Amino acid sequence: MPHQKNPADPSAQPSESADAAEWRRSIELPSERGASRLIMEQLLEQLGIHGWSPSDIFAIHLAAEEAIVNAIVHGNKLDPSKVVQVACVVSPTLARIEVTDEGSGFDPASVPDCRLEDRLEAPNGRGVMLMRTFMTRIEYSPRGNRVLMEKQRSPAEG
Amino acid sequence: MATHRRIDVSKLGDVTIVRFLDKKILDEAGILELGAELFGLVEQDNRKSLLLNFVGVEFLSSAALGKLITLDRKVKSNKGRMKMSNIRPEILEVFQITKLNKIFDIRKDEAEALSAFA
Repeated sequence: MPHQKNPADPSAQPSESADAAEWRRSIELPSERGASRLIMEQLLEQLGIHGWSPSDIFAIHLAAEEAIVNAIVHGNKLDPSKVVQVACVVSPTLARIEVTDEGSGFDPASVPDCRLEDRLEAPNGRGVMLMRTFMTRIEYSPRGNRVLMEKQRSPAEG
Repeated sequence: MATHRRIDVSKLGDVTIVRFLDKKILDEAGILELGAELFGLVEQDNRKSLLLNFVGVEFLSSAALGKLITLDRKVKSNKGRMKMSNIRPEILEVFQITKLNKIFDIRKDEAEALSAFA
């Protein structure tokens, strides 16, 4: 049986989980604008397959998009020699997205609160806040070049 | 008059009605183009009353929000008025979270927004 994978052999680890209840995908993206398109399409499709609601899908879509754009533009500064790593896990109850860039990192606490009166009309600085609001958990690595975001599925309405 | 690739522009009385041609406003190059087209309505065409109708728009990123904020500032400094309508609940939530609903005049639908210009 040449196609059978031996689960005990780590080199045979499939890129997508064999467990139908959970989808996993890790991918390296070039530091180019628009590089997230394919992984985002796959993520959205999988959230739909796993029965997530449109409003949860919107929230995860927004958070993932903002995280990847931040990594490409602010982290790697569009440097073609650097890549962004994206790792996604989608199950019927949990979505996890980890985004790592090769930049020098940043201090998330240093991003000013865009909701303050004097910042309300500033055109930038909303992505990080939206990520934090829309996801259940968000954690940065000490250097600030990696963000891990999780969302628990919202209870069904009605 | 400029050619538009990201927006559809029509006029009803004094009000310029803008609809968005992209369902998802997230591609950075597209957002740059969108910004230029929107700003042109104010800076080149000197349009004073703008109604942004978001019908059909399913998604927008924070970069797109940035363009809307800049547009709002340009309209105000040109002594014009801008209103928005037909925003789906998820996007409305984005405006509420970021408190942009405090600076944008958001109406339920086009008819309500048009009557608010009167």
